[in-house]
Amino acid sequence: MLWIICPTCGERPASEFRFGGELPSVPDWIVGDEARNVDYVWMVNNVRGVTTERWFHAAGCRRWVTLTRDTVTDTVVA
Amino acid sequence: MNEFVETLLDLEWHAPKKSYDVVIIGAGGHGLATAYYLATRHAITNVAVLEADYIGSGNSGRNTTIIRANYGIPESVRFYQHSVDLYATLEDETGAKIMHATKGLLWLAHTEMAMRAERSRALMNQACGAETVMITPEEAKQLCPALDLTGGGRYPVLGGSYHPGGATARHDRVVWAYAQGAMRRGIDILPHTPVTGLLRDGGRVVGVQTDAGPISAGVVLSAVGGNVTTVAAMADLRVPIRTHPLQALVTNAYAPGFGPIVASSELLCYVSQTARGQMLMGAEFDSQPSYSRQSSYEFLQSVSAKVTHLLPFLRDLRVLRTWAGICDISPDYSPIMGSTGIDGLLITTGWGTWGFKAIPAGGEAMAELIATGTTPPLIAAFGLGRFAADHAMADQGSAGTR
Repeated sequence: MLWIICPTCGERPASEFRFGGELPSVPDWIVGDEARNVDYVWMVNNVRGVTTERWFHAAGCRRWVTLTRDTVTDTVVA
Repeated sequence: MNEFVETLLDLEWHAPKKSYDVVIIGAGGHGLATAYYLATRHAITNVAVLEADYIGSGNSGRNTTIIRANYGIPESVRFYQHSVDLYATLEDETGAKIMHATKGLLWLAHTEMAMRAERSRALMNQACGAETVMITPEEAKQLCPALDLTGGGRYPVLGGSYHPGGATARHDRVVWAYAQGAMRRGIDILPHTPVTGLLRDGGRVVGVQTDAGPISAGVVLSAVGGNVTTVAAMADLRVPIRTHPLQALVTNAYAPGFGPIVASSELLCYVSQTARGQMLMGAEFDSQPSYSRQSSYEFLQSVSAKVTHLLPFLRDLRVLRTWAGICDISPDYSPIMGSTGIDGLLITTGWGTWGFKAIPAGGEAMAELIATGTTPPLIAAFGLGRFAADHAMADQGSAGTR
């Protein structure tokens, strides 16, 4: 089971949280406002490895947490 | 299926050649079906299908084998109905027994809102050539006597839609039917040959790099599932795919003759009986993206609670096995098929939780695209370019998605 350390509530099970998505980042090599906009809206990095993402502590303090997680092992790194 | 089976069948396994007309990455259902239809429909046999692991080791071996066409938008219904039709004749066409069984699919509604959604789905399906009819709770009970119409007192069955074409087939037999059919016509299938890079000449993709050396290709098709982002990144292609695990379980064997496939949109679960009598069930995909194929206790707990509301007899069965696959989920829950905007690279992805049922139609359409260079009308709406054009194909018809 995935456990998340909430700055307010301490270590809590992921089922208390709502997944808020990876931090959007458009690669530098995509140029032009339109192309960058399309990439920002639709495309994702979907990292296989360590990724930075947002989680919402819906059943706890109801604050947002930013954390890094390894998507291969599905465990929190920091 | 595993290495043992690869040596058991009467097939010839070749070392990779230096060059092919078509190289397909991923020997799952979609990759192999594309290869098979290239050979049978278009007489193109200078084709290699590369697979990182054993054949069908990805989501083709991890699904719940449900075949149906009662989707939510016209383009999807037409596409999946064609797939249902191809599945029905696949045993005759390939000569391989895929254990195809038409069982009918019962889609239950527990609120007035769900009833409205099912009515609209039934009407839309009929208009687009798929048979889906509304039924009363009594008719549902006749179709599936084990059903508790009170839904455990919590999810009363108000009615539902019935899709008589709903079917199941044995997943690995489908994969091997296509693999055998392709290999007997001279197509090379190369298991345990991971693609480590794409060969590029200017902007064009001209082949693949593997541990066994470079292989040049006229066209490269990525038929990769959950790892599609990794392959796309080799060509600097951005894809809107999130990789989410989807879990499933089977129980020990129960008396055969359970009846139709039972699904519920509100409870987000689906149950069917395998040919061995085991009860096979699944639910929605895990909320956070992950490449981990680990099963979780939360899934066991939540799917058990859901299905026992509707089918109380399941309480007395034991869980035999659980597993997970990593699904390529698109933002609009529709597949992504066709050109990528990069010369020499085609893609079939976004198969999320609806890939198995689409194997024949998806493979046939991709083979036609490779052979003719023209996107078949059946899949024209599902191109990667639809996102930039703001024509997303939002489909609420998948049981694994909200």
